[in-house]
Amino acid sequence: MTSISSASPAFTGKDPNNRLFGPLPDVQGDAGYEAGHPERVGFFTDTSVCIGCKACEVACKEWNTLPMDDSHGTRDTMGLSGMSYDNTGQLGANSWRHVAFIEQVRTVDLPMPTFGRPGDDRQGSGPSPAVSGDAGSQAHMQASVLNAEALSEFDPQTGQSGTDKQVRWLMSSDVCKHCTHAGCLDVCPTGALFRTEFGTVVVQGDICNGCGYCVPACPYGVIDRREDDGRVFKCTMCYDRLTDGLMPACATACPTQSIQFGDLDELQARADARLATLQSQGVETARLYGRDEDDGVGGNGAFFLLLDEPEVYGLPPDPIVTTRDLPAMWKAAGKAALMIVGVAASAVLGSRRPR
Amino acid sequence: MTEGIATRGGGWRRADGPPAETRKKKRRGGRRGGRGEVAMVDDVEFTSYYGRPIIKPPVWKTPDVPLYLFLGGAAGSSSILGALADVTGRPALARASRLTAGGGAVLSVVYLIHDLGRPARFLHMLRVFKPTSPLSVGTYILSPFGAAAGGAAALELLGWFPGLKRFAGLVSAVFGGPLATYTGVLLANTAVPSWHAPHTELPYLFGGSAMAAGGGITMAFTPVEEAGPSRKMAVAGAAIELVVMHRVENGHGIVSEPYHEDRAGLLLRLAKACTVAGAALTVVSGRHRAGAVASGVLLAAGSALTRFGVFDAGMASARDPKYTVVPQRERMAARAAEQAHASSLTQ
Ligand code: SF4
Ligand code: SF4
Repeated sequence: MTSISSASPAFTGKDPNNRLFGPLPDVQGDAGYEAGHPERVGFFTDTSVCIGCKACEVACKEWNTLPMDDSHGTRDTMGLSGMSYDNTGQLGANSWRHVAFIEQVRTVDLPMPTFGRPGDDRQGSGPSPAVSGDAGSQAHMQASVLNAEALSEFDPQTGQSGTDKQVRWLMSSDVCKHCTHAGCLDVCPTGALFRTEFGTVVVQGDICNGCGYCVPACPYGVIDRREDDGRVFKCTMCYDRLTDGLMPACATACPTQSIQFGDLDELQARADARLATLQSQGVETARLYGRDEDDGVGGNGAFFLLLDEPEVYGLPPDPIVTTRDLPAMWKAAGKAALMIVGVAASAVLGSRRPR
Repeated sequence: MTEGIATRGGGWRRADGPPAETRKKKRRGGRRGGRGEVAMVDDVEFTSYYGRPIIKPPVWKTPDVPLYLFLGGAAGSSSILGALADVTGRPALARASRLTAGGGAVLSVVYLIHDLGRPARFLHMLRVFKPTSPLSVGTYILSPFGAAAGGAAALELLGWFPGLKRFAGLVSAVFGGPLATYTGVLLANTAVPSWHAPHTELPYLFGGSAMAAGGGITMAFTPVEEAGPSRKMAVAGAAIELVVMHRVENGHGIVSEPYHEDRAGLLLRLAKACTVAGAALTVVSGRHRAGAVASGVLLAAGSALTRFGVFDAGMASARDPKYTVVPQRERMAARAAEQAHASSLTQ
């Protein structure tokens, strides 16, 4: 039996650089799994093709038999959020997938874009010098159908009303990020949270004593306590299905392949390619989120392609695992403890002995 | 004019809201999902998902956790005082300190366990030891401390085994300092903005607060001739508490804000008043019975209120996405500026 550590690699002695953050090429190995463990798996959630159908939410609830709750996480109540088509509201103990929904508008003070003028004067550059008519430019126009302005007509997420106002819908299926440096896992005092052989982060329900420390330690606000149960719950990336060689329920149910499941490095390559495609098509606001292994949590096992700033979707723009600063905190606590001893000693020594 | 495409975010903004929230939450606005409040003060711009919090506010309950912090601190500092009083021949002070430490230890364990979602599983805390988890480390501080301090106090009351009692008192003193300061790490090692930002200051704050409380309580229960060390420790602790609190409240930009607002602000103002009054009264009339009791009560109240205030401020900062987004945006901007600077140097 190998002993699987639920501590951060920095303290298991298997991490030569004593890192509490930064890239970690072999997460499972650092957690104590022997060579030959399975590849690290993950989710790539490409929100540019999400249609907001919430099939992932339903599949997750069914497979994991999660209780019903309202948009504030109150169990067994049905309630509309009253804010958008999103009545799930947030990730929580009873919602392990959450499809965010944002309706956005922007004003475009321009005549209706036409196909005769690729690269219209939207950038303020005046009429395009492109000549129209010959076959070459026709082909070019066809190819550029997916440029930014054309996207506004063809992308199901974007509609145009009148000439001055565009509307688009952003939909994104949020999930636990299965961080490389997971704050929840680092702070769990019982070892209930552990790193699986797939590199994911899972709570053991028979160990968790509901201390609740993981809840504020997660920089993404994912894990939460089910109040009537007392324990915490979150996405397991369908650990039970993975061990049987099945895809997680949400990825299986997703009809548009917005949720892609696979080996993490393969997904990362696919995401990079997808980002390049979108950017070459002029979707300038596309960006990957959680892909960068140099970010504050060492990269995510579940990462995203977003079409707007992360906070628009309710994601933190620059999350950092809290334990990165823990050595400094322990140092301060140690010094402060010595301070107490010093003050107490000088208080005693500085007082006259009673008669 | 084209708003967008070339601008950041493509000019998109939420259809039913402002491009960026500039609203200030009104009082009592801390409830989950509350939005649409009227502007009170013009505030920093930030975007959020319908005003919802980004991180999950801690599920820790009040008063359990603030009381745990307070009692652990008072017990920790008085155990040290008790051991020192014992070896320097101050039996009355040693007795009062042992009883304070023991009582505080037992009560704080009760509060800690009561706050668990599954109290019956408290012992699961002892199945691993994790330096990355302040609660795990704290359990291994609190357990021996509780046993030693509780034992010493029990023997003190029963009058049995004086040698063992002294030994238990000394053992508890070893763990007393860490018990009083680790709680600062406990709060700071979270994603809660107003706790994490002052992460090197909270241990000192709680250490100072612990000395004020421990000194105050033992002073109230010890004959004034013997309580000199208590008075000195209490005044020094109060001074440290006030100085560090000032830095926590003012040194961290926007995340210092919750320390001034709403309930947290009120609690912390009361805490300051009690601590100042208690320390001043200790100096002026700590040598009289009534003065010692009054100032002891004030100092203990100040320490407890500090814990409640800090706890509340953190909760408020977790509930408002502003405190998560704005500092992170500032951090990103600073990083970008640094990179731009570095690349301009290499050219
Ligand atoms: S996103 Fe939160 S809950 Fe998920 S692994 Fe990271 S820290 Fe843990
Ligand atoms: S609530 Fe459970 S999973 Fe979370 S830190 Fe505590 S013991 Fe670990």
